[in-house]
Amino acid sequence: MNQYPKWKYGLVLVAIFIGLIYSIPNFFGESPAVQIMPTKSSDKLDLSILASIEGSLKEANLPFDGIVQEPNGIKIKFANPDNQLKAKDILQNALGANYVIALNLVSKSPSWLSKIGAIPMYLGLDLRGGVHFLLQVDMKAASEQAAESNLNDFRMTLRKERISYIGASRLNEIVKLQFDSQEDLEKAKKLIKVNYPDLMVNESSVGKDKALDISMSEMGKKKIQEFALKQNLQTLHNRINELGVAEPIIQQQGLDRIVVQLPGVQDTAKAKEILGRTATLEIRLVDEDKTDIATLESAQKGNAPFGDDLFKDRDGRPILVKKNVLLTGERITDAGPGVDQQSGRSVVHVTLDGRGSNIFKQVTRENVGKRLAILLVEKGQTEVVTAPVIQQEIGGGRVQISGMNSPQEATDISLLLRAGALAAPMQIIEERTVGPSMGEENIKRGVHSTLWGFAAISIMMIIYYMAFGGVSIFALAVNLLLLVALLSIIQATLTLPGLAAIALALGMAIDANVLINERIREELRNGNTPQASIHAGYDRAFDTILDSNVTTLIAGLALFMFGTGPIKGFAVVHVLGILTSMFSAILVSRALVNIMYGYRRKIDKLSIGQIYRPKED
Amino acid sequence: MELFRIKKDIPFMSYGRLTTTISLITFIIAVLFLSIKGLNLGVDFTGGTLMEVSYSHPADIDKIRQVMDKIDLKDTTVQNFGTSKDVLIRLPIRQDLSIAQLSEKVSAALIESDKDTKIQRVESVGSQVGEELYANGALALLLVCFGIIAYLALRFEWRFAVAAIIANMHDVIIILGFFAFFQWEFNLTVLAAILAVLGYSVNESVVVFDRVRENFKKMRKANVVEVIDNAITRTMSRTVITHLMTQTMVCSMLFFGGETLHNFALALTIGILFGIYSSVLVACPVAMWLGVSQRNLVPDQSKEDTSQEINP
Repeated sequence: MNQYPKWKYGLVLVAIFIGLIYSIPNFFGESPAVQIMPTKSSDKLDLSILASIEGSLKEANLPFDGIVQEPNGIKIKFANPDNQLKAKDILQNALGANYVIALNLVSKSPSWLSKIGAIPMYLGLDLRGGVHFLLQVDMKAASEQAAESNLNDFRMTLRKERISYIGASRLNEIVKLQFDSQEDLEKAKKLIKVNYPDLMVNESSVGKDKALDISMSEMGKKKIQEFALKQNLQTLHNRINELGVAEPIIQQQGLDRIVVQLPGVQDTAKAKEILGRTATLEIRLVDEDKTDIATLESAQKGNAPFGDDLFKDRDGRPILVKKNVLLTGERITDAGPGVDQQSGRSVVHVTLDGRGSNIFKQVTRENVGKRLAILLVEKGQTEVVTAPVIQQEIGGGRVQISGMNSPQEATDISLLLRAGALAAPMQIIEERTVGPSMGEENIKRGVHSTLWGFAAISIMMIIYYMAFGGVSIFALAVNLLLLVALLSIIQATLTLPGLAAIALALGMAIDANVLINERIREELRNGNTPQASIHAGYDRAFDTILDSNVTTLIAGLALFMFGTGPIKGFAVVHVLGILTSMFSAILVSRALVNIMYGYRRKIDKLSIGQIYRPKED
Repeated sequence: MELFRIKKDIPFMSYGRLTTTISLITFIIAVLFLSIKGLNLGVDFTGGTLMEVSYSHPADIDKIRQVMDKIDLKDTTVQNFGTSKDVLIRLPIRQDLSIAQLSEKVSAALIESDKDTKIQRVESVGSQVGEELYANGALALLLVCFGIIAYLALRFEWRFAVAAIIANMHDVIIILGFFAFFQWEFNLTVLAAILAVLGYSVNESVVVFDRVRENFKKMRKANVVEVIDNAITRTMSRTVITHLMTQTMVCSMLFFGGETLHNFALALTIGILFGIYSSVLVACPVAMWLGVSQRNLVPDQSKEDTSQEINP
């Protein structure tokens, strides 16, 4: 009666075997490594650089422990962090701007383990150190920016279609166009309705003038917000890529938030600066009619002519630029540093997308002989980078921006342009930073709690339940093994509360075995035979174990649904711990007991500790 | 070894009035402390900034306070944390500074005043996020309650479900009462501990209820009080041993887990201690008064004999 079919023993053995294989990588530790990735995430890594990497490391006399090739880059292992840091600098110089060199850690476990997907648990920021940001995207600003860009589009389209208007302005998200005649208004209305199906057009009046109020539909607003979020995510990806962080996490959370996690990053000030940077490119026309000294002087006193902005160029000379923005950085698909073949000076090559190319072609055709201002807007400061004269119509969307002071500046500006601008400003609404030594300390604390608790429970269980206590502890150890293996396989983020959850899972899982052992004792007390007692003990306890685990599971799931960050980590381990404990406490311990007692003919006594039988009065 | 050498069933239910009265009094005291003193909510819920700073020498708290005053951050609390070398700085949310700027400003000022300053940990939470975490926490608590009631009502009977949840919510209130009385910091980790304890103590009630149900089937001649007394007595050994084991683990966390897990382990300890008491000595009398009987649990009398053997 206490014998399992062979497949059940097999199942337990296989589970333990798999558990061992997948939890082993956690015990090898990690060695410092340098990770090399292509700067543009779309690019594939060119394996021919391996030779040059090895060459430059050999030249610098830096020994390395091995090279690991992964789909997302090459990792080079080093014996200590000192060599790792040195190698990072050397490789950065050797490989140049096309590769990002980041510090990372690589598991020391043998490579055959990694090949079958056995890798260590994924440690959360509170265990490995790093920064966590929650960013709130300003959706109102996104809508306003979209309205502003619509306003510019309307101006251009109306002019192109020769519809005369007497005013165009924007109040928050609503664009107002004013007209002299009803006829122009009707024409404009029709034009907008055809070209912009997402917009709502209402007629109104300003004094005796007729006007159109153009606002966004809810659908349109939603679309813009979704786009803004996507654009911001992409921009952050690019920027963080440039920063050289190994394994960053950049994720959408909810409708208007972005989570950014940068493991190993300690310089939070730099990280914040890079996340918040809002550099963007604007192309506008220089107001050629107002270049006389008198106008410029009065503009510098704050009286810029209507429709113009006053900026300074790189030499500090004032220049009047039309308010109308022809093109923004959004239309840039690529940018890279280069050298002008004629002058030999540093330039930035910019490639525009289809719509951008069309606009640029039209603008250059209509304004030959005039000057085009290229402005860089960063941190609220606008600077005219260069203002070349348009020589001829430029098609094809390839634009060369001159006026760079040095090759370094050309590189910086092209990085900035390529990484793109944020579609809407963002604000950090949550920040959690953990230093690296703190992370190590936290791991130590969690592991010590678990191990000492486990040891104490083991001693108590074996004293109280003898051999059955030993079986319970074996089951508990299997539980720990399976839990660690499962966490390694699914690569759930392990946090400090998660480590606490492992300890707690063990403390709670022992309940199932106590229940079983107590039941067996009770059956024995009632005078049943040892074999029957074992059978009844496991069978009767099953329902109770199931019921009590389901209630714990409910609590775990609620935590998972409503928890964020470390609490989610707690919930994941809690829930998984319940599942593995069901398996180990019932199946594994039973298998062991069956092997110990199930095949004996006659058993006088079970080694389950002393059983007290009250004397009948 | 056998700790519990019980000859006869202990008449727990005859003390029912006493045990529930004791519970009621502790409950009222806890509610009083909660309403008078309130919870010392951590930055997770209130919003604000928490910085853990360490030095290689004993920290000069007064000097750090002066630094804070110098950069015009008046509402700052500075205190030792764990050892004399570690310091915890708490800053409320400021209208004029974003949370990102605030932590940079403080760390810059601290490092300037003492090169040895090491920023170990920064937790900054905006007020909006804090409110959301608070609301989500309350929602999670509600969800757990309803989930457990629904499950127990389905698996047992509504009387048991209500009794179990009354007993265990009373544990939660008592844990909160302790946190209010001692003004221990209540943060997300503590909330996780409370929810874990809620699920765990319900186990307790489930184990006893399971036995009550089994007894109703077996002890056909016994009355409700005898059935419950027997169920509690028979499961007592298991209850105590299990809790002893879990508490051993929690103690290990209390000793080795460091400051971060300290309050987590404290909440678990209180929860486990009161959980033993309430899930047995409160849940059972309440279930009894709600009128649990054989008829509720063993609906079909004719199937009674075959149902004695419970098979998984």
